[in-house]
Amino acid sequence: MSALSTAGVTGAGGVAPEMPVRAGRRGAGTWRWVVLTAAGLYFLVPIGASLWFTLRDGGAGGLTAEHYTGIPAAEGFAETFGRSLALGSLTVLLALLLMVPTVVLVELRLPRLRTTVELLTLLPLVLPPIALVVGVRSVLAWAPDHFFGTPLAEVFFALQRPSLPWILVFVYVVLALPFVYRALDAGLRGTDLRTLTEAARNLGASWPRVLVSVVLPVLRTSVLNAAFLTLALVLGEFTVAAILGFRTFPTWILEISGSQPQLSVAVSVLSLAMTWLLLLLISALDRRRPGKESA
Amino acid sequence: MTTLPAAPAGTAPAELRERPGVGVRLEGLTRRYGSVLALDGLDLDVTGGELLALLGPSGCGKTTALRAIAGFDRPDAGRVLLDGRDVTDVPASKRDTGMVFQAYSLFPNLTVAENVAFGLRVRRRSRIEQRRRAGELLELVGLADRAGRYPHQLSGGQQQRVALARALAVAPQVLLLDEPLSALDARVRVQLREEIRRIQLELGITTVFVTHDQAEALSVADRVGVLRAGRLEQVASPDDLYERPATAFVAEFVGTMNRVPAVLAGGGVELLGVRRPVAGAAPSGGPVVALVRPEALLVAADPAGEGRVVTRTFSGASTRLAVALPGGVEVVVDVASAESQALVPGTAVTVTPAERAVLVAPAG
Repeated sequence: MSALSTAGVTGAGGVAPEMPVRAGRRGAGTWRWVVLTAAGLYFLVPIGASLWFTLRDGGAGGLTAEHYTGIPAAEGFAETFGRSLALGSLTVLLALLLMVPTVVLVELRLPRLRTTVELLTLLPLVLPPIALVVGVRSVLAWAPDHFFGTPLAEVFFALQRPSLPWILVFVYVVLALPFVYRALDAGLRGTDLRTLTEAARNLGASWPRVLVSVVLPVLRTSVLNAAFLTLALVLGEFTVAAILGFRTFPTWILEISGSQPQLSVAVSVLSLAMTWLLLLLISALDRRRPGKESA
Repeated sequence: MTTLPAAPAGTAPAELRERPGVGVRLEGLTRRYGSVLALDGLDLDVTGGELLALLGPSGCGKTTALRAIAGFDRPDAGRVLLDGRDVTDVPASKRDTGMVFQAYSLFPNLTVAENVAFGLRVRRRSRIEQRRRAGELLELVGLADRAGRYPHQLSGGQQQRVALARALAVAPQVLLLDEPLSALDARVRVQLREEIRRIQLELGITTVFVTHDQAEALSVADRVGVLRAGRLEQVASPDDLYERPATAFVAEFVGTMNRVPAVLAGGGVELLGVRRPVAGAAPSGGPVVALVRPEALLVAADPAGEGRVVTRTFSGASTRLAVALPGGVEVVVDVASAESQALVPGTAVTVTPAERAVLVAPAG
């Protein structure tokens, strides 16, 4: 679990602007290395320890990869990982469907609402997830009884179907808002979206056409970043899923950590590696983008 | 005019030339942004096929007027008519205007040719037609060899040429230019404005060109409309605007103008010790200033003269002299360079207005 939360943090760092490299005063170079080394150790020691823990063969004393090769066949892995991936994909889709038009609308038509939207999307960071989930749980407990016999009760049951709990998708969309909004907003800041959309309108394009042919290509990198952050968040989210009693990938890792500690850590390490791979993939895609200045 | 070689230019595609220029009419256009009145009952008639420049200081409403024609800005009152048809409520995407923006507006993810063909793609024209038309228009703006490039690989001037080609590709009824040259450096600006004029004449397309640069407006336009605080001060040919400005504002905004203290007397105006007829309407009374162009003042070396040459700026055929007059008045005078060699700084001179009617404005 700890490795997974680290994955989320790594992702967030990945989209942040690079640290500016400046020619410092004499001595600044030394400090730079001290800070870098300390920070590097802070991240690398736990990962290295986890890796060592999973590769060490307790019985023979040598190295073994069996904890990694055993992952796909492990009881519950396919089911929970598949579910988390599905939840992640749905969350990404819903968050983008909600936020891309919102961000564009605020930028083009309602610039005065920018601060309000910014504050609203920050709320999930300020409110602890535990408060959110307790609220959600109360509603889920109360609503089916209250609406018993009506179609609404059916909806509430459907939301909590263990095979694909849609209620988690909705909660995750809320939790992802700060990341999605920030990623999209950063993308907008660098472009003159107003002029581009007006040019397209002037050439006869309808609004849906403008969104698909002009806005999305311009925001491609931001959309990818937002999608990546959301996916990382969902694949690592434990609190909400555990308290609402759903079985997802992170809760499964905790489940097996008692009986198969090495397997659970191996899964954590692997998911961290996957997150990094995704990040590399996004930056590679971004570099191949034709309209990019550095191309 | 420019030392740069003219860009290789093709001829206009036949389809674009077949449409006669249509008229644009603005009637009582009013637009308010909060407490700011951007357009104050603007009336304007643009004749089919002409290039009309809208000139004015920033905030005078010229861009708002253009955006109202394009459909990006809905006026609070008034009507926009294209070819006699009221389009005030027609959305921008259905107005059939082509616009070139001040900011670079090419779609960054599309190539130059794809940018030019964008409007045709939206109109579901065949790929063959898209490619052919894009090729013709790039030829017209002299960028046929850049068809496969991306916008960031072009210079600012090239990007604006592509934007022009893109706006023309859909054969719009009206071409709208919103300070398209203001981001470019001086040499490219001059070259491109001549090119815009050449293409405009060739296509015969009605064009509204918004600019705050009077040299730009005077050099390319058939007529220039000077805007001030959301109202039209004067619409006239560049020559008329310069020679016969209707108001003091126009007189001072277009070209260089001297303000010389004067007195209204006997139906005329007295300035610099001589009397001249008043051009246009004279203020009813009170202190006035005469507005005189630098070339409408005559200067002569005169040991007894009260004026002193302060600076002498040589610019080829003509030389501009700044002359200090009694009472803290300083005027600039243009003289032929050949006749100005003796008029070095410090020379005592007399300054007299040329024999013609003089524009008068209230002092202050």
